[in-house]
Amino acid sequence: MIAVYVIIGIVVVLLVIFIAIYNRLVGWRNQVKNAWAQIDVQLKRRYDLIPNLIETVKGYMKHERETLEAVTKARNLAQQAASAGAGERGKAEGELSSALARLLAVVERYPDLKANQNFLALQEELTSTENKISFSRQYYNDSVLKFNNQIQMFPSNMVAGMTGFKAGEFFEVTAEEERKAPKVSFT
Amino acid sequence: MWEQIRSNQNRSVVLVAGMGVMLLLIGYLVGIIFLDNGIGGLIIAFIVWGVMSLVGYYQGDNILLGMARARKISHDDHPRLYNIVEEMKIASGLEKVPDIYIIDDPAPNAFAVGRNPDKAAVAITTGLLQKLNRDELQGVIGHEIAHIKNRDVLLMAISSVLLGTIVILAWYATRFMFFGGMARSRRSSSSGGSGQIIILVAAIALIILAPIMAQLIYFAISRKREYMADASSALYTRYPEGLASALEKIAASTSQLKSANQATAPMYIMNPFRKEKRPASNLTSTHPPISERIRILRSMAGASFTDYEQVYQKIHGAGRVVIPASALALSHPTSLRAVEAESKEPDKIEKMRETSNLMWQLGNYKTITCDCGTKLRVPPRFKEPTVRCPHCGRINPV
Repeated sequence: MIAVYVIIGIVVVLLVIFIAIYNRLVGWRNQVKNAWAQIDVQLKRRYDLIPNLIETVKGYMKHERETLEAVTKARNLAQQAASAGAGERGKAEGELSSALARLLAVVERYPDLKANQNFLALQEELTSTENKISFSRQYYNDSVLKFNNQIQMFPSNMVAGMTGFKAGEFFEVTAEEERKAPKVSFT
Repeated sequence: MWEQIRSNQNRSVVLVAGMGVMLLLIGYLVGIIFLDNGIGGLIIAFIVWGVMSLVGYYQGDNILLGMARARKISHDDHPRLYNIVEEMKIASGLEKVPDIYIIDDPAPNAFAVGRNPDKAAVAITTGLLQKLNRDELQGVIGHEIAHIKNRDVLLMAISSVLLGTIVILAWYATRFMFFGGMARSRRSSSSGGSGQIIILVAAIALIILAPIMAQLIYFAISRKREYMADASSALYTRYPEGLASALEKIAASTSQLKSANQATAPMYIMNPFRKEKRPASNLTSTHPPISERIRILRSMAGASFTDYEQVYQKIHGAGRVVIPASALALSHPTSLRAVEAESKEPDKIEKMRETSNLMWQLGNYKTITCDCGTKLRVPPRFKEPTVRCPHCGRINPV
């Protein structure tokens, strides 16, 4: 009789532990999802800002048609890649970032443009959006790392295996120049 | 994240419990002295504490912001500040952007309030806004957001309410002892003999000492939180140098905050009562020494909690923990952000103009730029349809 109670006791304890771990994994996974949504919001915000920027800049930059077109093209490509996975999307966004960085570097040659209030406001928004993209990426990658650790570590790896949790994918922006993009020059 | 906050709270909970015990003790003693009944005193202490807690919980942030004469701003009032708060909100994984308040004061300082992360606010002074560049501002806002994220603001609110209750009870108790209340206690002691006189003396001593002890505990809680918030800020920004150089600039300023007082001091990023050339003793300071905070931030090899802890231990000796173990367990190697090319931001004069524009605007003043370049500030009560420029004499429509 006692043996039966002991077994029942063990099963109940195991079940409670299982549920606790499962719930925690769900919590981690939701954090990852949430973090991904954040990146998405910021990338969309960047798509929205670019046409405004081009519109403002166009009148001043008569000789930079190629640079402007490159930005527009990169933006459209990135927008198309929006439904793709983290890896492919990161590449498209990297292209866009470097195209933007090239444009903003050219701005230095146009003092009139740099005095334009509208442009300055846009520049601040763009700088901040770039920052927000990299901060949301940082938070997302941290969340993915923690989630993946949980999935791989004992004992939560057993629960994850039984209930079909899959490791998250990191979001890396591939273009090397991208890292220099966020800092937009003022004055 | 939860483990980190929980264990962070565990250590402070012990300190808060200490304050709670002190409150019970003082209530009991007040009861014995004035009512000949310890339980009655406990009930009084409990009621005072309950009322203060309710007020503090529901109105605490409004009272604090009101006392500091802080004004809420939106994105369009100061896009850069608003964006930075949003950036730090994203980096910390906070759900909601806290409300942003500006305090019109040349002393550079900042604080955070709010009973939970969904109903939180950060306030910063115009002095701070003028002095700091983007990276530095990011560091400071990261520090404040960390206070919100780690629930320090709630803890500080709870302990300040406890402290307040103890101070109030002790204050009234000592007043009553000198006027009238003594009569009753003398009567009871004359019937009780010398034993009761000793108890009475001890009780009076305790009532006088309790507020001081409570204050020391309060400061201890606050100091610990500052380190944790600094470490979190470094983690969010991946750039401890930003906060370090901001702290340096704040420390270099000699102006004192007008609207702070002893009770609200621990809420600020920098002790507002710090005096130049007079190092406060460690026990009575609300914040760790600024030079040490800067030194830790500057010596960090990476941006993670582990890096912060390592430097802290190097300074204070191994075994002195500042970051809770559970937070360290979740910490993973994080590299620092590379220093980016020198960005040209609005210069000092531009920033002063920016903040002064903001303050005028928040006061509902209209700004008209005359053709001669003069800016005219039109007060909200001005009813005339036109205004004459005092500089060139042109008539401008309002």
